[in-house]
Amino acid sequence: MFTPGAIALNRFGLGGTPADNPPALPQAWLTNQIERYASVPPVSTANGDSVSMLAQFAAFVKARNSARQAGTLDAFKADKSHVEFLRDAAVGQGTARFVSALSTPTPFPERLVHFWANHFAISSEKQAVRAIAGTYEFEAIRPHVTGTFTDMWMAVMHHPAMLVYLDQAQSVGPNSTFAQIAGARGRARGLNENLAREAMELHSLGVRSGYTQADVTELARALTGWTVGGFARGLPPRLLGSGNEAPGRFAFRDAMHEPGERTVLGKRYGGGGEHQARAILTDLVHRPETATHIATKLAVHFVSDAPPPALVQRVAAAFQRSGGDLPTTYCALIESPEAFAPGPGKFKSPWDWSISAMRAIGLTVADNRAVGMMHELGQPLWQPGSPAGWADSLGAWAAPDALLRRVGVAERLVNFAAPTLDARALAPRLLGELAPQTSRMIAAADSPRQALTLLLSSPDFQRR
Amino acid sequence: MNLTRRGLLATSLAAAPLMIVPGLALARAETDKRFVMIILRGAMDGINVVAPVGDPAYAPARAALAYQGAATINGLFALHPALVETSKMYTAHEALFVHAVASPYRDRSHFDGQNVLETGGVSPYERSDGWLNRLLPLLPGGARAIAIAPSVPPILRGRNGVQSYAPSGLPEPTDDLLNRVSAMYSPDAVLHPIWDEAMAARRVAQASGADAKGGRDLPKLARLAADFLTKPDGARIAVLEFDGWDTHSGQQGRLANQLKQLDTALAALKTGLGPDWSNTVVLCATEFGRTVQANGTGGTDHGTASVAIVAGGAVNGGRVLADWPGLAKPALYEGRDLKPTTDLRSVLLAASAQHLGVDPAQAARALFQDAPVPLATQGMLRV
Repeated sequence: MFTPGAIALNRFGLGGTPADNPPALPQAWLTNQIERYASVPPVSTANGDSVSMLAQFAAFVKARNSARQAGTLDAFKADKSHVEFLRDAAVGQGTARFVSALSTPTPFPERLVHFWANHFAISSEKQAVRAIAGTYEFEAIRPHVTGTFTDMWMAVMHHPAMLVYLDQAQSVGPNSTFAQIAGARGRARGLNENLAREAMELHSLGVRSGYTQADVTELARALTGWTVGGFARGLPPRLLGSGNEAPGRFAFRDAMHEPGERTVLGKRYGGGGEHQARAILTDLVHRPETATHIATKLAVHFVSDAPPPALVQRVAAAFQRSGGDLPTTYCALIESPEAFAPGPGKFKSPWDWSISAMRAIGLTVADNRAVGMMHELGQPLWQPGSPAGWADSLGAWAAPDALLRRVGVAERLVNFAAPTLDARALAPRLLGELAPQTSRMIAAADSPRQALTLLLSSPDFQRR
Repeated sequence: MNLTRRGLLATSLAAAPLMIVPGLALARAETDKRFVMIILRGAMDGINVVAPVGDPAYAPARAALAYQGAATINGLFALHPALVETSKMYTAHEALFVHAVASPYRDRSHFDGQNVLETGGVSPYERSDGWLNRLLPLLPGGARAIAIAPSVPPILRGRNGVQSYAPSGLPEPTDDLLNRVSAMYSPDAVLHPIWDEAMAARRVAQASGADAKGGRDLPKLARLAADFLTKPDGARIAVLEFDGWDTHSGQQGRLANQLKQLDTALAALKTGLGPDWSNTVVLCATEFGRTVQANGTGGTDHGTASVAIVAGGAVNGGRVLADWPGLAKPALYEGRDLKPTTDLRSVLLAASAQHLGVDPAQAARALFQDAPVPLATQGMLRV
């Protein structure tokens, strides 16, 4: 049902706008965007970057602690103005994500930003993470989507959002200086293997790819000392080290680092410093399991819930051969004939559907209502609830209640469309060939607005 | 139709005498029974929910996370103090706990572990549909299932149609628009049946006055589930999801918060189900447990066996079912985790299939490829 031009617009891009026509040369349209991609979004967030958000958060924690000591914690909690900055951050950063997706001149790399943010997912249940969930995407993901996998992963692993979300900031080597001092004072401090496990299972090798519990524990030991300035509680000032201790930035603290050499997947890594874990992670990127894992996720996202094995192998080979060069990997994907197969393709996630619906009616701006809409549609921004991110399949999203909600949202959204927008003319430009029943129902609508609502609700528009 | 909640309860109470006559209840079709599954996502720390305070290895292993001087319920175990209502159900023989329980999954990935819990496979991604979906065609009388969630969780996904419903702040589309969308979806083989389920759930929700603007926390969702389950033509199986159990740090406060919500939700189900509570089994299960040793950051890491909470008027409660392996180091699984001694699938079978009147052997074949039913869970139900 999709033409190649419509596939480029919808499956690889973010959906057409009233100003778009399906590109005549779909592959060239996509590769050209990789070359033109500007990593700085055309919008800025009013709230500031991660460092300034974490400074606000630190001030909030300090005030809360003072209230606790003064016995006025209940009054402090009742006064919602103290957490207003967190709500403002979620709305400001979320709006920036919407506006960027609605107005980008390069929708294919923009989709890749969303893809990688979900691959390296954080979830904003913790207050500190909520403050910087969006800035994490802007700082660690967005600059690297047309670079290398290694650079992006290193930015992710060094970002305060990931270090705090998966508890790395507090993990202490059991034989480190810090653990010994804390132990002598009767306060046990030790290892937390949360980030190490997800780094292997979700970020790189993939689950059931042959690594063991011992490998996870060894990586966890190597990662001790990777923390965030201002986040390792209880560390005596004389052990804080110097140089990279700015609050809210990555800090390596030798006093927390587990001494000695580590063995991961049979390879030994000499002792010492931040470099040890960095060397392990770099080696993980070059494992064939990682290439297969990344290729599978890309193919599932862009092509099908069950992608053809030959396609996955081709993309994995490009990843492996290029050492994780992302444009090379993307080109292997879009140059594969399977990627442009007509047919049902993918059922849109709520984010996909929302962005494509807003683009379809020509919206280029958004506000807090758009952020709230994602809650109603079951995919609140940066809150997948787990480091695995949001699921990427029909079964996860095509639920009865979810379809009904999309119709309700569509009915409200079309109130923002230009009164002259004609769904009958718009539909083939956005989607190529429509199902006959969809065309009939749009043509039989009782008003232009209802016709647009039906277009945005149609089975054709639910897929990409 | 806009019934108030009070009106709805009054209606259920008026119908009550029919349902509590024991002989009649047994003679009726299985549609009298209710089953509620609450999936606890993130790996609940069973060791501190039903804590083996009488095990000498408990306090040293849990260090600062261990309870001090908690009263035990049976000499060995103490309930987490947040489980106020559940504790009352236990005393009233309406709740029991199955301890040292685990699915066949033995690695420590949340996502694989949940997949095994929900698909009923032996290994992850071996099966693509959920075991509770496979149970539906075995139920006499065409009992329906509903997910109280905007999307259908994997446990209910599969070829048999299910409903889903969750509170929404959205204005309702007009009937005219919905009719047109129904017509537009009619040729679509994938989306048409899903849309039909949406329309069916909407009819039930409207008829029951289920508050479409209610909250989304677990206790509110539990009340909503009760509304669906008490409708004469409503669902007989409901699935709820509750995440946030991955307590790698700050476990003390986080676990208490989680359990308080779960406890309130169980009480909300009991209240909302009214007379139907006596026909109900609620099962709360998690993908795996957490390490016996506290970790270095005031929490626990991914482990193996955990506890399952089974509540409801149809439960033969007031007991902890466990072949307790002990927490001493040599007794641990791989030297770090509570060793599983009961197969979680036997608990799932008893709480769902057996309770709903399906022969357990037939159900075991359909759901779990002949999983054994160990004695530990025989007699879990009041007969």
